[in-house]
Amino acid sequence: MSPSEQSIPHGHVLRYNLRERLTHWVAAAAYIYLLSTGLAFWSPWLFWLAAALGGAQVSRMLHPWAGLLFFASVWNMYVMWARQMKYTDDDRKWWKAVKYYSTNQDDKMPPAGRYNAGQKFLFWGFFWSSLLLLLSGIIMWSPQYFAWHSLIAMRISVLIHASAALFTMGLFMIHLYMGLFAERGAFGSVIRGDVSIAFAKRYHPAWYKEIVGESSSPRK
Amino acid sequence: MSQATLRVQKISGHAGSVPGEDTQREYTVCKLIDTTTCIGCKACEVACMEWNDLPFGETVFDNTYQTMPETRWNYWNLILFNEHEREDGSLMWLMRKNQCMHCAEPGCLAACPADGAIVQYTNGIVDFQQANCIGCGYCITGCPFDIPKMNPKTHRVFKCTLCTDRVSEGLEPACIKSCPTGCLHFGSKDDMLDLAGKRAKQLRDHSNFPKAGVYDPPGVGGTGVVYVLHDATNPELYGGLPKNPHVPLSVKLWKGPLKWLGNVAMIGGLVGLFVHYLRYGPKAREEEDLAAKPGGGKS
Ligand code: HEM
Ligand code: SF4
Ligand code: SF4
Repeated sequence: MSPSEQSIPHGHVLRYNLRERLTHWVAAAAYIYLLSTGLAFWSPWLFWLAAALGGAQVSRMLHPWAGLLFFASVWNMYVMWARQMKYTDDDRKWWKAVKYYSTNQDDKMPPAGRYNAGQKFLFWGFFWSSLLLLLSGIIMWSPQYFAWHSLIAMRISVLIHASAALFTMGLFMIHLYMGLFAERGAFGSVIRGDVSIAFAKRYHPAWYKEIVGESSSPRK
Repeated sequence: MSQATLRVQKISGHAGSVPGEDTQREYTVCKLIDTTTCIGCKACEVACMEWNDLPFGETVFDNTYQTMPETRWNYWNLILFNEHEREDGSLMWLMRKNQCMHCAEPGCLAACPADGAIVQYTNGIVDFQQANCIGCGYCITGCPFDIPKMNPKTHRVFKCTLCTDRVSEGLEPACIKSCPTGCLHFGSKDDMLDLAGKRAKQLRDHSNFPKAGVYDPPGVGGTGVVYVLHDATNPELYGGLPKNPHVPLSVKLWKGPLKWLGNVAMIGGLVGLFVHYLRYGPKAREEEDLAAKPGGGKS
């Protein structure tokens, strides 16, 4: 059964196919590992995280490898989603109305497509941060493998790595908040793949219109 | 290479207080290196290898008498040979014994994230505890003297211990013991500064080195290794001894404002989201509500 042929319960539509869902969870698992081990090295008060994850040496050894896996999955997202994440005029309107979005007055929001402007920001934020994390991380990794290392590059990289990581943490917190708490019904989309039609119409009306086609009566 | 007989006053990557903090009764120890009487015999290099039982590595010949270009994880003590042409056209050989400076405010320790991988004893010695080292290399970025070096096989970092094991037993470091000209001295920091000052004065007054002086850089709080230099105004001549070393700005930014800002942002973000949820709750509660018109009222 190809991902697009999976059975969708009545009153639901497919939002994420198998490849999208798998990629999401590889990225999530790698990110949570990177976050936990990274935070352990960020603050002495969180160093116990590394101990809990198998020891500080092991955490240090695996963090960069998990980073490579994380970047690979982010890259895969880029391949799958970059085109859908293009900023449009509607997104500009969405940002202007963001205060209604954040106070649950969704009826006052301009209609969003498959991704609203906030989700697009999340995507690009993660994409560019991951690139920075990868490049700076590789430089920070280098002394383990090369007798040669550039002190100045390492000094700058540590700053970039920590700043980019912090930025993604902000994105990550909001992402979890939206997906788990605020937009009830969203979580199933990355597990089973589908969302209810009601969910689609409420949060992504333009996308819903697109997938059912103009033919279906747009009930409001 | 933990030394139970020495108290610890600073610990890297450590949350909470430090056992030996504020308990100092010991002298701050210090090594004095008089570059003006060093003959470059390398006895100290050999003594260091012998006492610390370091595995031997290949030397690198570069048309000078220097053993290798820089210290290594298994070569902590290196005489740097520098040819220097003076203003009158005569040649001078500036030899400097290079090793960890045992900074009073060590950048390596400030940068290290691993609990107890770097400690500073109350006698001032900065010592790496390889058992706790995770091999991240942050200490390398923190050191203004480019001293910590990583063993590429075990991914742990090594450097001069100032013979902690000898000093804790009341002995002087191995290099001091081996020096045939007496250009190396060991004792309390006060005594060494006193001796160094006298020697520098002697050089200025009687040996035609008007710029002779003592190298004990204040940027890192002073060092546990001090030099007497013929020309203290130009330490760079001695194989790149930095004129005004300090913990790199990037490391200060990272461990200071960035850490502070990051922690406030993380905690603020969590609290903010929680309060947001208390105030606004979910956008729609149950599946049925989803179908309702946003903003209330059934369709
Ligand atoms: C993309 C590839 C990545 C590579 C190659 C990489 C590599 C590294 C390396 C070598 C270090 C230094 C040693 C260590 O503490 O383990 C480090 C530190 C760190 N990493 Fe990554 N990493 C990557 C991605 C990430 C991601 C996605 C996060 C997300 C939170 C992250 C968070 C951190 C943090 C917080 C630190 C500690 C920074 C500090 O102490 O200031 N890293 N990383
Ligand atoms: S590599 Fe350096 S900074 Fe990292 S844990 Fe070891 S001693 Fe500390
Ligand atoms: S010279 Fe470098 S390694 Fe030695 S104590 Fe100072 S900062 Fe640490």
